[in-house]
Amino acid sequence: MKKINRRSFLKGGLAGTAVVAGTAVSKESSASQSFGGYPDSMGVLVDFTKCVGCRSCEAACNKEQGLPAPDKPFDDMSVYDEIQHNGQKRRTSEKAYTIVNRYKVKDREAGPVFRKFQCNHCNEPACLTSCFVNAYTKTKEGAVIYDPTVCVGCRTCMIACPFYVPAYSYSSPINPVIKKCIMCYDTRLKFGRPPACVEACPQEVMTFGKRKDLIKIGNARIRSNPDKYIDHIYGEKEVGGTAWMYLSDVPFDQIGFNTHIGEQPIISYVKEFLTIVPMVLTIWPALFTGFHLLANRKEALKNEKPSGKE
Amino acid sequence: MTQVRKKIILLLITLALAGWPAAHCLAESGPESATLDRLANLYEAVNFNHSAHVDITEGNCAECHHHTTGAVPTNPKCLKCHPGGQESDSMACQDCHSAKRFEVAYLTEIESNTQLYHIDKPGLKGAYHQKCMGCHQTTGGPTGCQDCHVRNEKGDEFFHAGNFSPAPVAHNGGH
Ligand code: SF4
Ligand code: SF4
Ligand code: SF4
Repeated sequence: MKKINRRSFLKGGLAGTAVVAGTAVSKESSASQSFGGYPDSMGVLVDFTKCVGCRSCEAACNKEQGLPAPDKPFDDMSVYDEIQHNGQKRRTSEKAYTIVNRYKVKDREAGPVFRKFQCNHCNEPACLTSCFVNAYTKTKEGAVIYDPTVCVGCRTCMIACPFYVPAYSYSSPINPVIKKCIMCYDTRLKFGRPPACVEACPQEVMTFGKRKDLIKIGNARIRSNPDKYIDHIYGEKEVGGTAWMYLSDVPFDQIGFNTHIGEQPIISYVKEFLTIVPMVLTIWPALFTGFHLLANRKEALKNEKPSGKE
Repeated sequence: MTQVRKKIILLLITLALAGWPAAHCLAESGPESATLDRLANLYEAVNFNHSAHVDITEGNCAECHHHTTGAVPTNPKCLKCHPGGQESDSMACQDCHSAKRFEVAYLTEIESNTQLYHIDKPGLKGAYHQKCMGCHQTTGGPTGCQDCHVRNEKGDEFFHAGNFSPAPVAHNGGH
């Protein structure tokens, strides 16, 4: 197996820049037509009306992915009161690929909404398109996986991801890598089996199946319970569609979803940035302009959100 | 006149008697209790007190068994196809709600069988919990995981709880 570590990558890259710079632009700029996802890819439909916040999914992910011990036991519900330094609720991290958060909703008979969160496994992943060492792969089964031996820890994908998913592992300062949910690809999805979190959930909050079938199921649930569900499957169209999709009985913006994200894949926005990526080692200023553009786009989206409505 | 009357009364009694088991969906012949041990890798088996739940539902089996016992379903949506109930060969949860809901064989079946109406039937674990919790939440029954499931050592390990609890995070570290 070819291993590229950070140093040899930098060395090789510097030696090869002259060639790369001359050819890359035209090749890359044609690679951005819409893709729409593999036809038979799998997905997960998450129905928040069923979640009771037991955190079994978090525990299952921790075990399946061999993640480090959590700070608190998985049956400790005080995590729902945690607020991070930035005033936000808990987020996915290099130690937790999935997180359940609690949202208090006024006048909801069933009490608060619990929202499970992990990588959405986009049909056209911004993390993938933004990664200049091609560490990411969208598999035909629908998972967005990555090769940590190729990752150079530049964190472009962290900035590019519209859902703020990839986390950065600081445990190895020499070779830091990105960490995120891989839809249990290596151990389960590859063999046609459902992700560990899906299987662990007592309430069957998550339905695993072909993405196209899940859309049917989601629409059928909405149709047969129009008074209960919001008439929208989040992720069916957002950013070009995602493998993980969501049903809710409260408006999505009240439970932390970005509802102004649009249906265009993020790739369309990073296209111009991408054409310069192969030249990245000769044009550092351009690279950082790219970072800046991506960061700004997300900021702009955030600011578009109507305030109030709490 | 009296003869006819007698006959009608007799007929009514016969009908009532014949109808009795269907209307009460054989609640009396249901099991006293059932052992639920599918989660034995994390929890002790649950001894489900079936007869207590027959009392709680006032003998209306349809509350949990839908149409399968021959009782009229409580969910109006079911009535379109099963208006008077429809007794099934089996009324055990696991015979309709697959324990392998997300395995390839099941997914292939619901995709290839275009006649199948119930493409969104929860698997066994989901069916239990959605039914139990749905009712417990509205009727004040127990809703905590460990109110019904006693966690075993494997479960403690899985949840990083009990003897497997993480050491408290030190906030006075020297760096
Ligand atoms: S395991 Fe299921 S019910 Fe429990 S918190 Fe996770 S999604 Fe919710
Ligand atoms: S959610 Fe973020 S990390 Fe996951 S596939 Fe989409 S862009 Fe990539
Ligand atoms: S799919 Fe696998 S890796 Fe992703 S959150 Fe679930 S258990 Fe974790």
